[in-house]
Amino acid sequence: MNLQNLLSDIEKVDGEIFDRLAHVSRRGLFSSLTKKTIAAAAPAIMASALTKAYGQSSGLPQNVKDVLNYALTLEYLEYRFYDTANNLSMIPNDYKMAFEVIRRHEQVHVRLLKNVLGADAIPEPKFDFSAKGTFTDTFSNFQTFAAIAQTFEDTGVRAYKGQAANLQNAPAILQVALQIHATEAAHAANVRYIRGQKGWITGGTAAMQGLPSVVNGSYAGEDNVTQAGVNLVTALAGDNRITPAMIMEAFDEPLDKNTVVGIVTPFFA
Amino acid sequence: MENITNRPETTTSESASSRRSFLRVAGAAAVTGGLLTACSHADDNYLIPSGSARAAGDTVKLPTGDVGILAFAYVLEQLEAAFYEMVLAKPYPNMSSADRQLWTDIRGHEIVHRELFKAALGGAVPTLTFNFSGIDFNDRAAVLIAAETLEKTGVGAYNGAGKYIKDGGYLTLAGKIVSVETRHHSILRELQYPKSDAFAGPTIVTSDTGLHLAYEPTYVLPIAQKFILETIDASALVSSLA
Repeated sequence: MNLQNLLSDIEKVDGEIFDRLAHVSRRGLFSSLTKKTIAAAAPAIMASALTKAYGQSSGLPQNVKDVLNYALTLEYLEYRFYDTANNLSMIPNDYKMAFEVIRRHEQVHVRLLKNVLGADAIPEPKFDFSAKGTFTDTFSNFQTFAAIAQTFEDTGVRAYKGQAANLQNAPAILQVALQIHATEAAHAANVRYIRGQKGWITGGTAAMQGLPSVVNGSYAGEDNVTQAGVNLVTALAGDNRITPAMIMEAFDEPLDKNTVVGIVTPFFA
Repeated sequence: MENITNRPETTTSESASSRRSFLRVAGAAAVTGGLLTACSHADDNYLIPSGSARAAGDTVKLPTGDVGILAFAYVLEQLEAAFYEMVLAKPYPNMSSADRQLWTDIRGHEIVHRELFKAALGGAVPTLTFNFSGIDFNDRAAVLIAAETLEKTGVGAYNGAGKYIKDGGYLTLAGKIVSVETRHHSILRELQYPKSDAFAGPTIVTSDTGLHLAYEPTYVLPIAQKFILETIDASALVSSLA
């Protein structure tokens, strides 16, 4: 899912989006979120926070609508990807439950954005799940399908991260974003496991994840070993239990929007 | 049931506060870890600290604000790392090579997290003493359950504490870590309930919202406290959060 791009994109057309969300958040969302009963209403909270950020008259500016519709387009992409596969015998019975739960989560993300946009939501576009001919058997070869799924999920986890700091003034919304981010990570690990990969990202190339180099962009930078100014390879050099690969695996790195867009663009017809 | 108290790092000084000091301390700790690993088939007592351990009743007071949140994370990372150190120090019978690789990887990640927080915090929080006597390390299922509980607690803790962090850099760092904790949790769920939706099913992710777990610090601490010999006093931290 690519909701991660949503807020940074809105910020480009409305520099005050985070202040608006903070205002909404302070008006009671924060306290309500701590109640267990509210958890079931969280997508509605997210949707209503975005709507309320622009006033009660549902006055979403056109440029914000454009951003939301672009995000919706990406969510349609992922939902349709999983939904199409869901109806095919290609997915081994062992993994049907796994992909069904992922499909359902993408469906929720689509619903969230449609709630925000209301009548302004665009209809679902056409997709090209061969990615312009790169993949010839997306829905007939489970390995191809699972490899694309892994790329989507690992990329989704990375793409989310850069947004957290932007949401610090809107704590309720930040928490929702963090919780969605964790869901992406749970998906990513399981899809990797199904493919025979480790659940965590080792190294900075697609080849190290058993994927073709065409998706190198999804993994570039994952070989970082310096965190908070500490080179952890140097710091832990004396500990023979720790390998440089483990240091790379121990942190998921943020990914910029252009890279994410580049990864998914070929899938649009 | 084992009756083990684990304090893997007995040589570190709590007074190290600069990064330069951290590097020296990490080196000393690493040597100790290597020695412990090398004698992992010795008797059960070797992990019991030789005299410098704190005891039940000693209190560790967490600082307030962002440093307190980091200290809270450091407590959890110490707990996780110590647990996996125990899993590999006392491997259950017939541990498969795949299992051993899994535990070795996760132990590595948690040690890395622990050492990073130690570096960031200097001497704000001491090395803690852990008591895993309630866990049967000879039983694979028990180890999986305990590991999953710890990872679930960690994921929920990071997700619930993120909104209290004031410094954007710290928040981003926490974000880099929480998704790896979630990856651990997802795999541990898969191993417990193979080929199902357990990794992200309705007991973990609300099915109509797609939201993973989030726990308030006040929920997390009693869970962690069960394994920690010292008393963690988070009252000042909790009252500083807003």
